[in-house]
Amino acid sequence: MKILAIARNTFREAVRNKVFYLLLFFGVFFAFSSRFVSMLSVGDQQKVLMDVGLASIHFFSVLVAIFTGINLVYKEIEKKTIYNILSKPITRLEFVLGKFTGLALTLLVALASMALLFFLFLFVTTGSFAPRCLIFFGLLYIELLIITSLSLVFSSFSTPILSSIFTVTLYLVGQVLWTFQEFKTRLHEPFSRYVATALYYLLPNLDKFNVKNEVVMEMELSGGRLLAAAAYGVVYVAALLTLAVVIFRRRELN
Amino acid sequence: MMAAIEIQGLEKSYPSTFGTRRIPVLRGINLTVEPGQIYGFLGPNGAGKTTTIKCMLGLLRPDRGNIRLLGRDSNSLESRRHLGFLPENPYFYEYLTIRELLGFTGRLFGMSPAERKRRVEEVLRQVGLWGREETKLGKCSKGMIQRAGLAQALVQDPEVLILDEPFSGLDPVGRKELRDLVLSLKHSGRTIFFSSHILQDMELMVDRVAIIINGRLVREGHLDELISRSVRHYELVVEGVDEKAAARAGLSGERRDNRTIIRVETLEEVNSKIRAVQSVSGRIAAMIPVKLTLEDIFMREVGK
Repeated sequence: MKILAIARNTFREAVRNKVFYLLLFFGVFFAFSSRFVSMLSVGDQQKVLMDVGLASIHFFSVLVAIFTGINLVYKEIEKKTIYNILSKPITRLEFVLGKFTGLALTLLVALASMALLFFLFLFVTTGSFAPRCLIFFGLLYIELLIITSLSLVFSSFSTPILSSIFTVTLYLVGQVLWTFQEFKTRLHEPFSRYVATALYYLLPNLDKFNVKNEVVMEMELSGGRLLAAAAYGVVYVAALLTLAVVIFRRRELN
Repeated sequence: MMAAIEIQGLEKSYPSTFGTRRIPVLRGINLTVEPGQIYGFLGPNGAGKTTTIKCMLGLLRPDRGNIRLLGRDSNSLESRRHLGFLPENPYFYEYLTIRELLGFTGRLFGMSPAERKRRVEEVLRQVGLWGREETKLGKCSKGMIQRAGLAQALVQDPEVLILDEPFSGLDPVGRKELRDLVLSLKHSGRTIFFSSHILQDMELMVDRVAIIINGRLVREGHLDELISRSVRHYELVVEGVDEKAAARAGLSGERRDNRTIIRVETLEEVNSKIRAVQSVSGRIAAMIPVKLTLEDIFMREVGK
């Protein structure tokens, strides 16, 4: 109940904020750019539209996740609205979970509106509907939840600029984390190999959630792989939220 | 009777910029606020008022000491259920309307929708915001924000109210209204603990005062005791003595019309002056003990 009150408030702040302007911008950007690219390129127009469209959605939704996550938590502390919440009978666990739920809801609405725009545009332009894209959106949503949880962890102890840098860095590393496995085979010292292995398992492996090529190229996607990715996401988010709560409990609000 | 607020041996320090040492902010605060009192917590900026309040609310962890609110440990969630808090320079979500803020607050206390609706209306009327509840907080004046802040502190009908610098930034009308509201809350049995560095507001309403300077309580007591215990000097008003005669008898003072007003420091001196007045056939028209104001006490302690 209290978690929901905080979630509802977070969502309300997000939608009355600038997030949706960003979405609007995305809509226009997407509508123009994919059409333009598909005119320039040779080959399957639908595939190009899907490729560019899904890439833009990926990019914009990650931006939304990073900046709303950091902004909303930091603002709460900086503007001292958090005093109002934590001076009530609310635990810090409830606060973190409430914030997360509100952000998750915001991202769901943001992603759903982008997906809707995408399907509408695809249908109008090519006359077809590509249900396989739903798999992409599902996994992207889990990726967004990981990013939001990361930003929650960072803003529970750091400033917004540093939190943004940390989150963006981890996001970029997360995209190419698979290279660590390759990298490891070239390391000779056992210590470096341990470090590479540890990092590989600790850092978020966001590549697991990127199925754009498989979706666009209609390659095979096994249920096992999707399930494993989803399970990985859930466990990773749970671990990050636990970390955020632990840090936040220790934090003093000067 | 159980105390509304009980603070014992409260100590708190903050780490220095590089974390190499701890800077003490509170150095052993002890105070007790009885139910139904208006308790003033007076001190200059940086004395430790807000730190004390944050420790009471569980926003900061004390290094030492303990705080009980209505008999419950201040770290327990239960202690906050009966507590209303107005932060210093309150800032609320700009995108919410006043009504939405109060609704949100009610939800944080787990109030049912019906109860919430009833209480939100009640507090809106209580703080004089009825009819303006749909204003976005981002568009509110300082005075309205302060009222909205007070309203959110009152939503769950708390037994104890903690107000951090509630008068700051209010105009004279706003101050008067806030004072009346606090007095009416006291009359309905609430305990009010408020911090301020403005003495005037204290003198007009508090039952007890604690003066905190540099993390220590330097005075604590009933306002009457604090003030009446300390007579600063006496003024003797003398009649029927002209200026020359007065100078001869050693009765120098300020002349006003046909009177001389003589400042006298001690009671012994008062007696000797009276004899001097009689020796030149003058008359004592009045003797006024000039008492310390809270401000004098305050300035004296700050100056130490």
